[in-house]
Amino acid sequence: MSGRALSAMFDAAREQGRPVFMPFMTAGIPSEDQSLDVFRQLAADGADAFELGIPYSDPLMDGEVIQAASSHALAGGMTFLGGLDLAGRVATSTGKPVIVMTYVNPILQAGPEVFAAEAAALGISGVIIADVPYEEAVAIKAALDEHGIGLALFVAPTTDEERLRAIAAAQPSFIYAVADMGVTGRREDVSSHLQGLVRRIRTITSVPIVLGVGISTPEQAATAAGLADGVIVGSALVAEVLETGRPASAAAFADAVHAAGR
Amino acid sequence: MTDITMPDRSGRFGDFGGRYAPETLMTALAELEEAFAEAWVDPLFLSEYHRLLREFVGRPSPLYEANRLSEHLGMRILLKREDLNHTGAHKINNTIGQGLLARRMGKERIIAETGAGQHGVASATAAAALGLECQVYMGAKDMERQSLNVVRMQLLGTEVIPVTSGAGTLKDAVSEAMRDWVGSVETTHYIIGSVVGPHPFPLMVREFQKVIGEEVADQLGDLRPDLIVACVGGGSNAMGIFFPFLEAGIELVGVEAAGEGIESGKHGASLGHGTPGVLHGARTYMLQDDQGQVHEAHSISAGLDYPGVGPEHAYFQDSGLARYESVSDTEAVEAFHLLSRTEGIIPALESAHAIAWLQREAASLAGKTVVVNLSGRGDKDVQQVINLSTEPGL
Repeated sequence: MSGRALSAMFDAAREQGRPVFMPFMTAGIPSEDQSLDVFRQLAADGADAFELGIPYSDPLMDGEVIQAASSHALAGGMTFLGGLDLAGRVATSTGKPVIVMTYVNPILQAGPEVFAAEAAALGISGVIIADVPYEEAVAIKAALDEHGIGLALFVAPTTDEERLRAIAAAQPSFIYAVADMGVTGRREDVSSHLQGLVRRIRTITSVPIVLGVGISTPEQAATAAGLADGVIVGSALVAEVLETGRPASAAAFADAVHAAGR
Repeated sequence: MTDITMPDRSGRFGDFGGRYAPETLMTALAELEEAFAEAWVDPLFLSEYHRLLREFVGRPSPLYEANRLSEHLGMRILLKREDLNHTGAHKINNTIGQGLLARRMGKERIIAETGAGQHGVASATAAAALGLECQVYMGAKDMERQSLNVVRMQLLGTEVIPVTSGAGTLKDAVSEAMRDWVGSVETTHYIIGSVVGPHPFPLMVREFQKVIGEEVADQLGDLRPDLIVACVGGGSNAMGIFFPFLEAGIELVGVEAAGEGIESGKHGASLGHGTPGVLHGARTYMLQDDQGQVHEAHSISAGLDYPGVGPEHAYFQDSGLARYESVSDTEAVEAFHLLSRTEGIIPALESAHAIAWLQREAASLAGKTVVVNLSGRGDKDVQQVINLSTEPGL
C-alpha cells in the first residue's frame, strides 16, 4: 500500500461516479485493544479509506469531541508510534488506504525522513498535517515523496486564489477542503459556500477534492458527496465510539455518500 | 553580528519561528502582517498609540534606583517600574497596540488567552477603552489561583471563559483561543499576550513592547549597566527590554521558572531544559517527550507556567545574544518577600524570579550595575503567597 493506492482509489471513484467515503477515527478509542475492531467495522460498513487520527496533546484544529477522544486515547496509553503501528495494522487487515492525521511536532521529533520511511514500511498511504500550510510543508513533502507517500493539503473558505494556485502547484495527493470555518465538530448546515468553494478549486486544479469539517449528518454528507470526490466524517462517528464503543451510523453515512454519485 | 532585521519574510529568526498554522488562519495572518506593517509606519497610528501609552497607561514608567536592595545584595540595582503601568504590568503596552490595530482592521471583537490574568486584564482594559467586545480564555486552575483578576476582567465588561482541557493552565488557554479564532477569524482579532505564536505575532508583540527598552536607554543617559535581567515565560517583557540593547554589548539575562526544581521535571524552563519543536504555530524550544507530545509546565507563577517560549528568544540563546537561567518557586517567593521589605514594592511572582536570580548570584555580581525589568506588581499574588505560608514544605 502506498500513495499510489490513494490515486488508484480516486481514479476508480471518478470512473465509476462513486464518491469516496473516508471516515475519520481517532486511534486508541474506545481502547487501545478495541481500536482495530472499530476500523474493521468502518470497513465492513462501507469505508473506502480511513483518516486515522493520531492523538496529540495539543490538538489546535480539533473541536471538543476529537479533543476528548485524543485525551482519552493518550490516557489509555496510545502514543504517536503506537498510532502509526495501528495504522499499519488497519491497512493490512482491511486492505484499504490509510491516511494518518497528525500535528507536525511529532513528525519533526522523529525527523521527516525517519517518519516517512517508517510510514512506508507500515503500508501507510498518506498523511494529513493539521498545522502545516504548504509554505511549511516543503521538507516533509520531499521526504514523503521519496517514500511514495501522499500528502494532503487543506483549502479553507478563506484561502484566496493566489494561495489556491500555490497549494495546487505543491502537488498534494488530494485537497482536503474545509467545508466550514472553524474546528471539527457538528454543524447545523453544511456551509452554503460549499458549492462555490469546490468550483473555485476545480477551476485551478483537477486534484481530487475531499470535503470535511462540520459534516455531521448523512444528509449533509450526501450534499457534499454530490460536489466532491470524497467526504470525511469525523466527530459524529468519534462521538458514537466514545459513547457506545461502535460507529453506529457509519453505514448510513457510507450509503449516503455512495448514492450521491449515481 | 546582530541582525535586527529579523524575522525574515517567512517569519523566521534563524531556525526558529515560522507560521505553523491551520490553513483557515493563513489568509488572516497574512492580512494581519500587512496591516501591522502599514500601521507601524503610519504617523497617525503611531501618534495615537503613543498618546494612549502616555495618557492612559502612564508611560514612561520610571527607572528606579533601588538603594536598599542594592545595599542588601551588594550591587547597584535599577528597577524598570512596569508595575506602575495602568493595570499593573507591561502587558498593556501590547494590548493597546493590538487593540488599535484590531479597530483599524475593522474587527469588532477581540479574544485573548491569559495565565496570571495580567494579559486578560490588559486586554479587557484595552477593549473597554477602545469600544471592542472582548472574551478571554483562562485555564480553570488559573482562574482559581488568580480569582481577583477574573473579577477585574468581568468588571471591565469582558466575559472570562474557563478552559478545562489539559491541565487548565496557560498552554490550554492559548490552544482554546486559537480554536476560537479558527472559527471566528473574519470578525475577530486574537490578541496574543506574548512574543509567541505564528508570524507575525512574535514580531508584532516585540515591536509593541520594545518601548520598555527604548525608555530605559533614554533614562540611563551616559550610565552603562553591566547586565539587564528579566523573567521569561513566553518572554514579552524580556524581549521588550532586551531588544533595543542587542548591539550594546551589555549582558542580557532571562530568568525562567525552575518550578519545583529542574530535576523534579516540574518546571517551565523551556530554553534551559527543553528541545526544539513546534508549539502554538512557531518552531521554538519547548517541553516535550521524545515522541513530540507537549509536556505540562509547572511554576508557582501562572505567567511563567508555559511549556514554550518566544522563537526570537530561542534564536538569542542559540546565537549567544542572551543567556537564560532559572530559579525555583522557593527562591522566587523568598525574593517576593525581600523586595517587599527592602523597597516597599510587592512584585509579581513572575518578576520576583528576576530578583531571585540576583539574590542567588549576589557574590558573582558584586559591584556591578544591573537593570531589572520589574514587569508587574504583586497584588494579584498576595493571596497565593499567604496560602503558601500556611502550607507545610515551602
